[in-house]
Amino acid sequence: MRRPRDAPAASRGPWGAARPMLAGEGAAAPVAVDEEGGAIWPAIRWALCRDLRIALRSRAELGVQLLFYVIVVTLFPLATTPERQLLMTMGPGVLWVAALLASLLSLPRLFAGDFADGTLEQIVLSPHPLPALVGGKILAHWLTTGLPVVLLAPALGLQYALPADALLVLALALLIGTPTLSLLGAIGAALTLGLRAGGSLLALLVLPLYIPVLIFGAGSVDIWRAGLAISGNLSLLGAGLLLAVVGAPFAAAAAVRIAMD
Amino acid sequence: MLEAQNLAARRGCSQLFSGLSFRVAAGEVLVVTGANGTGKTTLLRTLAGLTAPSEGEIRWNGKLQLPFAPELRRALAFAGHAPALKDELTAEENLSLLVELAGGRAGRASIRAALDAVALGRRRALPARVLSQGQRRRIGLAKLRLIERRLWILDEPVTALDAAGAALLANLVAVHLAGGGVAVAATHAPLGLPEERMRALALP
Repeated sequence: MRRPRDAPAASRGPWGAARPMLAGEGAAAPVAVDEEGGAIWPAIRWALCRDLRIALRSRAELGVQLLFYVIVVTLFPLATTPERQLLMTMGPGVLWVAALLASLLSLPRLFAGDFADGTLEQIVLSPHPLPALVGGKILAHWLTTGLPVVLLAPALGLQYALPADALLVLALALLIGTPTLSLLGAIGAALTLGLRAGGSLLALLVLPLYIPVLIFGAGSVDIWRAGLAISGNLSLLGAGLLLAVVGAPFAAAAAVRIAMD
Repeated sequence: MLEAQNLAARRGCSQLFSGLSFRVAAGEVLVVTGANGTGKTTLLRTLAGLTAPSEGEIRWNGKLQLPFAPELRRALAFAGHAPALKDELTAEENLSLLVELAGGRAGRASIRAALDAVALGRRRALPARVLSQGQRRRIGLAKLRLIERRLWILDEPVTALDAAGAALLANLVAVHLAGGGVAVAATHAPLGLPEERMRALALP
């Protein structure tokens, strides 16, 4: 039986120094390398492309989550009075809470599937840096669950008689805020891996962490409608996002390793 | 190559094994046997660096390896109980994803050749969902062929394989050992390898 032997195995890093340069990859685009010697971008790309492909193959599940979001948002005007002023006041808050719940609903699947079928073992044993692989998975999670929520928000906001400019502000705040939800949620999802009451524990763990995002996100529409500058709120949301981007993949990676024990 | 000193592991409050010391040199396979529940899988997961031993240490090429050590991760191919396949993806997609995850680069041609070699060539476009347990195992064999690793840790590798599959596995391990590789396998069934390459470890 033949096996390809291009280089001695011991000296061959996964994407290490001996890696051949690709076309179009020159000195202008140095490959980021972490302390373990693995490149970050190929790892993010691997996890992102894989999870997006799996999500595309199981579109029905995504549709269910999105439908959940749409229905929750639609229930409130039906359950309360159709009074314009009241709807306008509570609209942004309802949309944000529904976005939170939709994110929460999809979080258990972020790692649980890979945990059950043994892929997570291969992921933690891969020579790629684990935080980058986890980061790619989180990005795919946001693209498949967070981004549709952002895009649907202006249409759903019409039910609450929100004016066009307020709808734009709402979508903008959700665009900055929902990635933070995915990032924080990933830590909770990794920490509750393999636990029996994982789903409900996840909600208890993650929802308190979502509160600052909720306050500044939902508040930005009110501030806009009061005629004040929203840059403060959006900056705080952005700062939270940056913090989460830097910290959450590492925290989630550490939690995934603990779950292996 | 692979060395364990005074290894001990516990699950909950029960001691699985303790004082386990062994050395596996290049070209040798350590065959771990023992009744159910004696800690074969725990030993293999400990050697792979997935869990920390409660006592003792593991050395690879003379260097102490802590759990998830990058050096060990670059040398290791681990085949656990679960075959790590995604039901939604085809056999071919699964294999190329696994190879890429292990840091390898396999073109379409080599992926297909590897699937042909494990007699899955005609089923490469089928979703993994419809493959049998044995066929899923064979994808794992194809992966072992494609990634370059010095240390193979195989948990019950013969399970679900038919006679032809077991022969494929034996052949694969023999080539690996002849190339100076090291393997650790927990198994109940005989691997069909020459005696002089095998070292036995029976867990109490």
